[in-house]
This record gives sequence, C-alpha cells and structure tokens, in this order.
Amino acid sequence: MKQLWLTARLDIVESLRARWFQIYTLVFGGIVALLFAFGLTESRVLGFIGLSRLLVTYIQLTMAILPIFVLITTVRSVAGDREAGVFEYLLSLPVGLGAWFWGKILGRYIVVFAPVFLAMLGAVIWASIVDIDVPWRMFGYYTALLATMAACFLGIGMLISAVARSTDMAQGAAFLVWLALLLFLDLILLGVMIQGKVAPEVAVTLALANPLQVFRTAALALFDPQLIVLGPSAFVILDLFGATGYKIFALAYPATLGLVSATLGYLIFRRGDLP
Amino acid sequence: MIQFRNVAKTFRRARVLDGIDLSIGTGERVALIGSNGAGKTTLIRCLLGEYVHEGEVSIGGRDPRQYRTEVLGTVGFVPQLPPPLKMPVGQLIDFSAALCGTDPRRIHDIARRLGLDIASILTRQFVRLSGGMKQKLLIAIALGREARVLVMDEPAANLDPEARKIFFDLLAERLDDATMIISSHRLDEVSALVNRVVEMDMGKVVLDDKVADAVSMTAMLACRIVLRRFEPAFAKALEGWSVKPVDAESLAWAGHIAGPDRLRFLGLISRYTALVAELSLSEDAHV
Repeated sequence: MKQLWLTARLDIVESLRARWFQIYTLVFGGIVALLFAFGLTESRVLGFIGLSRLLVTYIQLTMAILPIFVLITTVRSVAGDREAGVFEYLLSLPVGLGAWFWGKILGRYIVVFAPVFLAMLGAVIWASIVDIDVPWRMFGYYTALLATMAACFLGIGMLISAVARSTDMAQGAAFLVWLALLLFLDLILLGVMIQGKVAPEVAVTLALANPLQVFRTAALALFDPQLIVLGPSAFVILDLFGATGYKIFALAYPATLGLVSATLGYLIFRRGDLP
Repeated sequence: MIQFRNVAKTFRRARVLDGIDLSIGTGERVALIGSNGAGKTTLIRCLLGEYVHEGEVSIGGRDPRQYRTEVLGTVGFVPQLPPPLKMPVGQLIDFSAALCGTDPRRIHDIARRLGLDIASILTRQFVRLSGGMKQKLLIAIALGREARVLVMDEPAANLDPEARKIFFDLLAERLDDATMIISSHRLDEVSALVNRVVEMDMGKVVLDDKVADAVSMTAMLACRIVLRRFEPAFAKALEGWSVKPVDAESLAWAGHIAGPDRLRFLGLISRYTALVAELSLSEDAHV
C-alpha cells in the first residue's frame, strides 16, 4: 500500500508540472466561466433553466472533450515515459509491478477527475452565492457520471499504453478508439443503420456497448426523455430499462469497462518487457 | 552472487543476447564492455528484471523479476542516460529513499561529497539540472543505501576530474561488501575500477578475463609535465584536471591525478604528444 501511494503521489507531481494538465484545467475551468459569462443560467432551452441548464451544457461539452483528452494524455505520457527511459530508471527501484501500475492509475485518476469536478463544484458554489437554485440531485448524479467517465477512459488509455510499444502507435490507437466510439453515437452511424433496415437489436446493443453513448443518454434522457433529443436507439434503451435502471447501468457498465480494460492492461504490462 | 544461465533475448527477429552464461561472485568488479548494439544494456535490463528472456538470471539465488522488491532492494543502478523526470530533486530523493528503506539524509550526504549543493537544488526539477548534476544525483541515490550489487552504465562519463576522484573514493568504500558491474564502450574509462573484464559482441561474451591492478582506487599520482612551447588549448585541458603551471612561462605544470583516472589522463596527453618534452607520474603522493 505504501508503494502504491508513493507511486500515485509521484504521478500526481509529474502531472501537475506537465503542460497538458495546465491546458486541461484551463479548458474545464474556462468552460464553466464562459457558460456563466454568456448568461446561460438566464436562458431556457428544452425545459432546462438556471444551473440545470448550465450543468447539462457542461456535461455535454465534457463528454465531447474529456474522453479524447484522457486517452491522448494518458497514452502520451505513459508510452512517452517508457520511450524516454523513465520506466528503465524508476522500475529499477524496488517497487512491485502491481503497486506501480495501479499507483499510476490512482494518481492519474485524481489528476484527471479533480479539474472537471472542481469546475462543476465552482459553478455550484457561485450559484449558491448569487442565489441561483442548485439542483443537488442532478449535481450528485453528474458527479458520479464524471467520476465513471474518467475511470472508463483512463482504463482504456492504460490498456492501449500497455499494448502499444511506441508513443506514435499509442496515440494513433487512442485516436482510433475515440473515433470509433464517436461514429457509433446514436445520432451518427446508429441512426443511419436504423434507416438502412439494420435490426433494432443490433443498433441498441451497439449503443449499449458504447460508453460515449451510455453517458450521453444518461446525461440527457433522465431529465428530458424526448425522441428528438435522444436519437432512436437511446429512446428504446430508456424504454426498456426505465429511468432508474438506466441510471444504475450508466454508472456500472462504464466503470466495469474501465476496470476490465485496466486489469487487462496490467496483465499485459506484467507479462512483457517493462521499459 | 549473480548468475546468468543460458540467457537469450530476441526483439522481433533480432537475437540481441545469445546464450549468455556468466557467474559473478561477491566483491567482483566487472567491466562490461563492447560496442553499440553488443547487448550490454539488454543484459543489464535482464539483470534488473525489466526484460522477459530465455534462460535464468538470479541475484543472491533469487529471480529479480519474481522477487522484485526483495532483490531490487539490494541493487543500486545508475543509468547511462538520466531519465527526463519533471519532479523536484527533493521528491526524487524522498521517493527513492522511501522505496529502498534508507534515510534521505544519507543520499544528501553523498551528493554533497560529490560536490552538489543539494540544499539549493531540492526544489528544482530534475530534468532542469545539468548533465553532470543529474549524474551525481543518480550516483548518490544508488550509493546512499545498503546496495550489495551496483550496476552502473557509464557512471563517470559526465563527471569532472574532481567529482570522479570522489566517486572512486566512494566506490573504494564499498569494495568489500558490494559486487559491481560497470558498463562502458571503452575499457580505458573503467579499467582502473575493475578486477574483471567481460567483453560482449553481437549478444555473446567474447572475452572474460581477470585484471590485475596494482594501483588502488584511492591512490593519487603526482604528475609533472614540461612543454616544448605554450599551447592555450592544452593549458585549458590541464587546468580542467587541476594541473597548474609552476613557472613563469607556463611551460612546467604539476598536479595530482586520481590513480584510477590515469589512463584517461594519459589519453588526454596523447593528443598533444608533440608538445610534451617531459612527463612523469609517480605513485608516492597520497593527498
């Protein structure tokens, strides 16, 4: 446990000094600041008003940015460290491979999750100060959704880092994974597939397997489940699961996917050459 | 202490290590030499449990891959290229000390002996230190604990003569209780530090020989050089070794050279042979 925490702390310190982290923090802090500055809390769209409107917009933007950011920065730094000889030196120290790998994940998870959560927390604190109603239930669920989203893509990123032997290959693979998930969003390829008479079961299964789609449906559908907003397969999914069932699924499935990916990454890392 | 039994390593189709059999006892100081691509770094990485390989590697009877924590707790490693770590120096020292179960002050002491002003660099990023400072710090981390095996890849390449002398002294303090493997491209860089030479080529051991060296690691040699004429470039090189002019015309020079560094020093002199009228190195000086 001591080795795990030492490694996590090391990764946190390394990340805090990295340029990607500064940009990452600036992006999410900037989004919240801009949403306030443009008076989003004053407008009503699709039934959302006040901080609910801001939170829905924030989570939509986060869903677009966080996955690719986490994937690329994780594979870049892990594969880059390996190429640059950081692994050769640090893994010559007496640290267990499990403590090293999971410590790295823990440290990076804290660094990835903290800025997106703190930006949202900042919005809630500001809303409380200027007397805007805070939708606490929504805030709580979105926090859980962001935590799960970070874990899911971090796990996938660590798996790619363990498999790829160079930074270029890792970056390319990460980008392809993100692109595939993006293409199979409800409103893009799945909509086209349904129009092209693909069995609805196939479309629904693909939508359920795609963590990006799961987050999108969960973030939006629970509060305004209209077909026009959700897309065809998401509407069917919500109809099948029910709101509460889907809420649980939207947290459990991506978290499991992230954990399974990370575990697979660890097994590959432990079995092969370390530097 | 260290055993390699039929160790082989293949990257894709390239066989980088080809059936290495080597046994290194306690107290042995081995120079691992060979040209680029000979397999030195791969062998070291197998020894540190970083590469999977065919055959068996053991340190103190244990597989370094299987018993990482226990085995690597007894190994000090200095890499050839310092890693580009962004963390502050203080954190690197604390991290290494915590993992190795040693007191960070011990590492600070050795770094100070090597000439590092440790207090002033504790908050500086490791990657922002000069090449020599990084090397000194990595040596201090490797020596600042109870390491029974020291694995060093070109450890003194970036050190100035003064720091090299202190480095030799530090190694001399560990002669009785540590096994050393010192990797280098050139034998003259490390010959004075070792009592055995293993040369590698194309992934095989092509030479394994003992070295009889009468000059101890802590010995100092009194040096005197008389030049035919003054040459500024040569004068600058001599001053880098703390050899100073002793006459008004700067033709006669004198100073002290660390015993293990004599081949390296003579290598420098050989480049200016035409200028040298007289040269003496005598062992009688102990400074």
